[in-house]
Amino acid sequence: MKAFSQLYQTLDQTTSTNAKVAAMSAYFDEAPARDAAWAVYFLSGRRLKRLVGAARLREWLIDMSDLPAWLVEETYASVGDLAETIALLLSRPKLDLDTLSLADWVEQRLLPLRGIDAEEQRPQVTAWWSGQSYESCYIVTKLLTGALRVGVSQTLLARAVAEHAGLERAVILHRLMGEWTPDAEYWQALIAADDGQAALSRPFPFCLAAPLEAESQTLDETLGDVSAWLAEWKWDGIRSQLVRRGGETFLWSRGEELIGERFPEITAMAEHLVDGTVLDGEILPWNAEGVMPFAELQRRIGRKQVGKKLLKDVPCRFLAYDLLEHHGEDLRDQPLSVRRTLLEDTVRTALSVMADAAVRAGDESSARLALSSTLPSLNWKDLATLREDSRARGVEGLMLKSLDSPYGTGRKRGTWWKWKIDPYTVDAVMIYAQAGHGRRANLFTDYTFAVWDGDRLVPVAKAYSGLDNAEIGRLDKWIRRHTRERFGPVRSVEPVHVFELAFEGINLSTRHKSGIAVRFPRISRWRHDLAPKDADSLESVKRLIAAPVRSGGTGESADEDSKGRPSRQQVT
Amino acid sequence: MPPSDSSQALIEATDRGLVCAAGGFVIDPWKQTSVALITHAHADHARRVADIYYAAESAVPLLRRRLGEDIDVRGVRFGESLSFNDTRVSFHPAGHVLGSAQIRVEHRDDVWVFTGDFKRDHDPSCEAFELVPCDTLITEATFALPVYRWEPGAVVAREIFDWWQQMKTAERPAVLFAYSLGKAQRVLAELTAFTDEEVFLHGAVYPLTEIYREAGIRMLPVRPVDLSDKEADYRGRLVIAPPGASGSAWMRRFRNASTGFCSGWMRVRGNRRRRGYDRGFVLSDHADWPGLLTTIEECGARHVLTTHGQAAALVRYLREKGMDAAELTTRFSAEGESDGDSA
Repeated sequence: MKAFSQLYQTLDQTTSTNAKVAAMSAYFDEAPARDAAWAVYFLSGRRLKRLVGAARLREWLIDMSDLPAWLVEETYASVGDLAETIALLLSRPKLDLDTLSLADWVEQRLLPLRGIDAEEQRPQVTAWWSGQSYESCYIVTKLLTGALRVGVSQTLLARAVAEHAGLERAVILHRLMGEWTPDAEYWQALIAADDGQAALSRPFPFCLAAPLEAESQTLDETLGDVSAWLAEWKWDGIRSQLVRRGGETFLWSRGEELIGERFPEITAMAEHLVDGTVLDGEILPWNAEGVMPFAELQRRIGRKQVGKKLLKDVPCRFLAYDLLEHHGEDLRDQPLSVRRTLLEDTVRTALSVMADAAVRAGDESSARLALSSTLPSLNWKDLATLREDSRARGVEGLMLKSLDSPYGTGRKRGTWWKWKIDPYTVDAVMIYAQAGHGRRANLFTDYTFAVWDGDRLVPVAKAYSGLDNAEIGRLDKWIRRHTRERFGPVRSVEPVHVFELAFEGINLSTRHKSGIAVRFPRISRWRHDLAPKDADSLESVKRLIAAPVRSGGTGESADEDSKGRPSRQQVT
Repeated sequence: MPPSDSSQALIEATDRGLVCAAGGFVIDPWKQTSVALITHAHADHARRVADIYYAAESAVPLLRRRLGEDIDVRGVRFGESLSFNDTRVSFHPAGHVLGSAQIRVEHRDDVWVFTGDFKRDHDPSCEAFELVPCDTLITEATFALPVYRWEPGAVVAREIFDWWQQMKTAERPAVLFAYSLGKAQRVLAELTAFTDEEVFLHGAVYPLTEIYREAGIRMLPVRPVDLSDKEADYRGRLVIAPPGASGSAWMRRFRNASTGFCSGWMRVRGNRRRRGYDRGFVLSDHADWPGLLTTIEECGARHVLTTHGQAAALVRYLREKGMDAAELTTRFSAEGESDGDSA
């Protein structure tokens, strides 16, 4: 573990990407295959499935620290990371007898924790804490509690592995996708010469769009002739890839999770696709009247096993907007215009097969697949007018894709743009604050905002982003001096500061005190000019919930921004 | 908040500073006053608001540099006893920076000590902390959480030196951010154990370092960064600058520099990551958690009052241990603020 712990320290102690790549590449040069495989596993943000719950670890920490429970909790809130708190409180300086390799640590010590009960786990785990140096204690506990988060992106990692193996980065990136077992065999396959054979289940790296800030009047200048672009609606669902290979189906979220089990109707539909097909698209909740609010889709995301009633209440469909693999051939280097033609072909063929199946066997697949239709784009002005209609159609705006562009990797500016409509805004008063985690530890960055319900302030949203560092610093100082009450790590503050919040959607909710839930709330600006009494009322916020006009399949399109990970959803 | 069994608090925190009515003086005042007793020369403790200042002898040149050559300041020898009305006052080393003092005030049978900022770890650049028995202790509490435990300064200096040597190999400048009064000189003194190479200093650090040298502190040779010299080559060199210089135009001359920051706050990873420094060196001039507890216990105080820092946690902890403890509200740098003058 020492070599890996050293690598972690090096990565953590530099902000230079070149230095990070060099450090990882040097590690791979020395590491045995099994260690290298686990290192890739952790550096790519993967984590061990929970072995010991955080609550249990805290309980053991409190017992071992010889400190009152409240003080340990307060310390944890200040440090902002459990593994770090444990290492800071319990590790012994410079004691390092650790000779086990990374792979042995994981396979012989960490993973076997799964099979045993808490009473057996405890002496093992606590011995690791108190019997090691800070560095070893930290890294072991980090692996035990979750992802490493050491400022290494997938692309950086791929660069390092590519450098070590003497291969193209794109090949490595592709081989890193999807589910794999971190063992020597995987590592050898990862660095093996490029044989052009993608593993069966593996999706392609997603192409992402950049936000378009320009005004519609200037689009002629910034984007050029409108005829060079494909325009589609920007939907709010789950961006995903539907992979059909070797008689099997794999449905991937952008967060690289296999989510096929959660969407059995889509997996069933995919059986009608020709082998060697990979579709890029969006999962959307869609009933007879058209697209349903995102909140409905959330009911599906939350369940691994979907019951019959939920399937009926919230039926989903896959809206296809790109074809990445056709009869087993990788199409990503083809221009969008070519891919689009083949996509239309593929979807039409599949739909006719499904229609036959519907007649023969009552199969409902034909309702589970749709083609993202393109918008007529005669000029930018017409498109801008169409875009104004977005909210009523239940979409977030437009997507613009260059017709001659290949399917890129990651967020490349210039070929895919998302042209979103302005968000909803409300003015709300800050009433609670909490310190953040990681690099925001010990700094009040997580705020709760409220609006007026009569003469009461009711919380409507939590927001973490939108202020610059100087503003956060000022607010942090102010919060410390104007705390009213403390509830564990949360502080209530005097309701003085008003902020304009922006959010993407709003729905009624029975789970929230205010009766509403907002989607992706963030701070758009600090309203120094407003007093608390000027903040919005709950009533005025509720008026934003207008029944959207259902789009009923008129236009269907690509969405870059739907998160594969539902947990990012922020509502109060 | 006065201790419960005393009819009148000898020292009270007011909006003027720590006021001793019986002695007719204010300790580390922040508003206009006639007589000020100054614990040390950092900006949150030494302001230009008094007619007459008393401070430890070795703090006098630093105070003049910070507040102006024309202030009326009287140097006091450590341990020397002064009378203010019917109080007896003496200054004792606090081990925080050069000339930093704890102030002991005795009135009838009641002895109070204000620690100012202090640390108990060895520091070759200032006088060593002295334990002063008292009835009531007013202590700082900047790092009053159990995660704050320091390694000896020499160990941290070794880390700084190793980093500097790595940058020498990589042919990059090593820019170390450290508070210009105290921390910078402590690093320069500790590094004499490993090298005698010249170090470059930011303009804010240089004059204070010269005052330390005149006081007899042994440090590495230094040279101010020459602003007019566009050709200067800083690759492989150590440069010490105040944290405020980070991200400023001044930094542009150190192309491809690796940056480090010396502070107790660097004990927590998030604090370092947030500021974007490459390296964080855990070197503090304040007492760590064990240092605070040991001092409170050893001075024998029956009452403990805390000033700036994570005071609430310390007070609750002491109360649960059965001690009489309370929090004072002061204007010394507040809880968790990581940008204080000296942390």
